[in-house]
This record gives sequence, structure tokens and C-alpha cells, in this order.
Amino acid sequence: MKRISAKGIKSSRMSLVDILGESVSGMMTRPGRAALTSLGTVIGVTVFVATLGLASTAAGQISSRFDAMAATEVTVTDQTSLPDLPLGVIPGFGDDPELAASKINGLSASGIYFTPDITTSEDNSVQGSLWPPGPPNAEKNSVSVDVMAVTPGFFTAVHAELQQGREFDIFHQTREEPVAVLGRATAQRLGLGTVEQQPTVFIENQPFSVIGIVDDVERVPMALTSVLIPDTTANRIWGAPGPGEGQVSLVVDTEIGAAQQVGAEIATAIRPDYPGVLQVQMPPDPRTLRDGINNDMTGLFMALAVVCLFVGAVGIANTTLVSVIERVPEIGLRRALGARKFHIAAQFLIESAGLGFIGGMVGATLGASTVIGVSLAQTWGPLLDPRTIISAPLVGAGIGLLAGAYPSWRAARTEPAQALRS
Amino acid sequence: MTYIINMQGVGRTFPGSVPVHALKDVNFMVSSGEYVTVVGPSGSGKSTFLNLIGLLDTPSVGTYLIDGIDPSTMGEKQRSALRGTRIGFVFQSFHLIGHQSAIANTQLGMVYNGVPRKQRITRARDSLARVGLSHREEAVAQTLSGGERQRVAIARALAGRPSLLLCDEPTGNLDSNNANSILALLDELHADDITLIVVTHDSEVAARGQRIVTVKDGHLSEKSQ
Repeated sequence: MKRISAKGIKSSRMSLVDILGESVSGMMTRPGRAALTSLGTVIGVTVFVATLGLASTAAGQISSRFDAMAATEVTVTDQTSLPDLPLGVIPGFGDDPELAASKINGLSASGIYFTPDITTSEDNSVQGSLWPPGPPNAEKNSVSVDVMAVTPGFFTAVHAELQQGREFDIFHQTREEPVAVLGRATAQRLGLGTVEQQPTVFIENQPFSVIGIVDDVERVPMALTSVLIPDTTANRIWGAPGPGEGQVSLVVDTEIGAAQQVGAEIATAIRPDYPGVLQVQMPPDPRTLRDGINNDMTGLFMALAVVCLFVGAVGIANTTLVSVIERVPEIGLRRALGARKFHIAAQFLIESAGLGFIGGMVGATLGASTVIGVSLAQTWGPLLDPRTIISAPLVGAGIGLLAGAYPSWRAARTEPAQALRS
Repeated sequence: MTYIINMQGVGRTFPGSVPVHALKDVNFMVSSGEYVTVVGPSGSGKSTFLNLIGLLDTPSVGTYLIDGIDPSTMGEKQRSALRGTRIGFVFQSFHLIGHQSAIANTQLGMVYNGVPRKQRITRARDSLARVGLSHREEAVAQTLSGGERQRVAIARALAGRPSLLLCDEPTGNLDSNNANSILALLDELHADDITLIVVTHDSEVAARGQRIVTVKDGHLSEKSQ
């Protein structure tokens, strides 16, 4: 028998373009099945994009609310324990801290508040005993309340909303008028329904005309359960609090985003000679807060998205496997015509990845639409990282690739002789 | 002289708890341009014989050379290439890709053999013309009649310019008119010196071959025409 060397026989070969062409052709064979195969990825990627988008949107919404309130508040108090204070330096706020602070950019309003030193012989915890309207007498029960001495700027700084009447102003402050504004809760405890007649209340036998009731405040909530009187009046009656005793505070309202900057400058603005006598409390950096919320929510939703993607991948693997079984005769034919195992595996893998890619694109569109729809319904600003959208088709293709691995391997191992008989 | 097919002492045993000896001591030679028909009852070993010739299976014993080349020394890549370039298959159930056009189906084998696209199209057109289907080039396979589908399958086999056309019951799924038409086409191909091996149950089809080989109980016998 004459033999010819097998060395001259070239391996079966196929260009990448042809493999791609055959894969696309394979996808088009059964458009309905291709759509169903992609459906798993569509659902998985939709949930992936929607959950990530909703997580960032919700986190953005929460942190913007934090920004709007907490991040606009700065509180300054005079330091109590300052053992290293140089000789000659007087602690405390100085003469007019509100005027000094008002020169800082980004500051909207500020107001001093402190608790006057009203001593009672009965109970040290009682700040003041308040008699309901009318002169004090033994038959009327007194009510224990907090007394807060505040400057007119305090009302603006805490965003006080009046239920009725008015706040006291510079006039009352300058003249050390005995006027009072009650917090809503205090008015209720006294049974005080109206201030039209400017009823008089007594704090430790000192008469004060009630000129207004505060319905709500956005910060320093203690104001709602207190009696608010002008700081100068309190100083006249009970004496000013000593500097460096930690009793006086300045609440500051800033423009959105300016709290950090105002907080950094305010001590120097009020006490340029020795800023260390004041203690400044600032809200946490909103960026850190936002990132924290984002991380928490993204982690939660990411877990959900991964579960959905896994379910999608199982769906693709299942459908691709069924497709392989259905196409066994075609695989046999291709093998008989010269296809290598590699060509068959590559074709099925590319088909699977291609369907995953298409599913990823559709899923990204649906996911983004969901985020926009929910945001519109909730009147939120939709926040969606472009990288999520861009990566979604690649994630889909990756899922298709993984899910198609086993079916492709099965397809490649199909024996052509058996396949052609089936 | 180099035979297209040269089998010496070939046997095929399928292992198992009870091994099946599907083919035993087969000696079979086919020269270029011959028209051989293979007949035999179901379960005789006909399909195993066909699979061995078509390089879809490997013999358990013996030597098989195709065009003088021993495929047993080859890896999967070379065997696939040898199958794709030397053997053209025609099946009973046509095995066309239903949603593709006649010309796309005709090109399929060449796709795996690295034939450039332009050349593929030219050769596919020539093959379709040879089987009388030039006017149906763009027709989708599933819209073709049974006879047309088998012609496309033959065109696909011819386009690869094989040494051998291996036909497995080529008229098994056709009515008598289409069957006669396909047999006439095979006669034409034989007249053009194409080597043909046709496996059939039909004695009329078998009678068209120059040589009739019978497979029975795994043994091959031949009577001269």
C-alpha cells in the first residue's frame, strides 16, 4: 500500500469573520427562541441597572435632605476648661458675636442662647417656675419649664415658625423689655390659647408679657418646651452668665454647603485675638455622609442585582442547552463538512454571548427607564452612574459567555456520526 | 496505482459488556471515477462502514487510506480538514440549514476549509449551475421542494471539490420523479469522472452502480456487474 505523508494536510481552519457570521446566522434561526433566551439576561440586567440606579437616586435624595438641614448648622459654645489660657485673655464670646459672625460669607443668620441662672431653693433642676396668666397666687399651680434667654437672631437661625403673635426684636432687646415668646408645648401646658391680650406670665415672680407662640423650630428643639425671653432682660434680672462657663451658645444657620467653611472661620471671626476660647461644632462632612449612605444602599441592592443576574444566567444556560440538543443534526452536519470541535464550541459561545449582549442592552434601557419613571413619580432627581449603563451589555455578554460554556462544550463533544442519525 | 479508498483488514468493534463486532475484516478498494453502490439490510453494519469511509469514525483494527493518506496518524484538526476537503456528503434527509439561502448552504463546507469568500461564492454558483439550480440561488432552503433540497445538498458536496461523493440513501425521502431526477444527476456526475459511493436499500438504485457491494453481518461481499 502506497502511503502519502499526512504532513501536507493543513488543519481545518475558519476565519473569525466566518465564525461571527455563522453565530449571527445561528441566532437568527429561531428569533422567538433567541428572544426567550435573552429574556433571562434582560430581566437580570434590568434589575441590576434599576437597583443600582434607585440605590444611588435614593441615597442622593437622602443626603440632599441632610445637606439641606444638618449641613447648614454650626453651633459655637464658649469653652469651659481652659487651664492654659494666657494671662489677660478673657474667655467667652466678646461684645457682639452676632455682628462679628455676620461678616462671614455663607452665613445666613445667627443667634445667642443661654439658660439664665435662676436659682430656686426647692429643686436645682428647675430652671424656672412659671405661673399661668394673671398675678401669682398660691392657688394656681406653677409649671416647671426651661427658660431660654435668646437674641432676636435666634428665631431666624432656628427657622422658628410662629403659631401666633410675634417674636421680640432689637427694640425689645435694647430696652430690656420683659416680654416672652412661648414654645408650643409650654403654651399647651399653661392652657394658653391666644396672645391677643398679651397675657402676663411670671418667672420667679418676674412678670413677662407673652407676645407670641412658636409653633415649630428646625433646630434647638428645646425652644418648643421653653419660655424664650430677650437675653438683655435676663441679664438685667438674673445677671449675665460668666464667660468661660460653657453656658452661652451661638446657633448659626448657613447657606447650603457652607457649613464646613463657616465652621472653620467663625471662631476666628468672633474672637480673632484668641479663637481657642470657643468650641465649634460642625455637622459631619456631607460628602462622607453621602458616601456612607451610598455604600450601604449600593451594597444591599448590589446583592439583589447579583441574585437576579445569577437567575438570568441559569435561564440562558438552560435555554442554550435545549437549543444545543435541538440542533444536534446541524452540529453533525457542520462536523461532517469539516468543522472542528473548536469551531462548534466557538460558534455556540459567541451566540450565547451575543444574546447576552443584546439582553444587556435591552436590560440597560429598561433599567434606566425604571429609574427615571420612579424618580419622576417621586419627584426625585434620577442619579445613574453612566458606567452602569455602559457596562450592562458587557455584563450581559459575560453572563452569556459563562452560561454558554457548558452547552458549547456539550455541542463540541457531539459525535458527528451519531448527530447525523438523530 | 493510488486508490481513492483502500481498506485492508478493517474491523470495527463497539466496546461494552457484550462487545459488538459491527464490521469484520473488510478489504475494499475504490479507484478514481468509480460508481459503487452499497446495499445491505438494516443492522448489517452498513452505517458503520459508511462512517469509516467518511472519517466520521475510526477502525478498531486494519488500515484505511484515503487518497493514500492514513488518517489514523492525524489529530482532530487534520482529520476534520481531510474530511472537509476529500469527502462530499449527501444525506437522506438533506441536512440543509432551513433559514439560509441555497447559495449560503452551498458555501457551508468551504467556510470550514478556509476558502476565501469571493472564491466560495464563485464555486457555490458553479455547483448550483451544475445541479440545475442557478435560478434558485437566493431561495431559502425551507421553501425548496424535496428534489431541489437534495440538489442543493449535492451542490454543497461538489463545491468542496472532493475526491469522493458519499451518498447515504440520497433518494430515500423523495418521490419517484424527484428520485429519478437525482439518480440521473448522479449518473451525470459519474460521467464527469466523479467517484461515487451510494448507500441504498433500493435495488433499482443499487443497479445503477458499476460495482455493487453487499454488507451482511459485518462482512463485505461484492459481485461484479
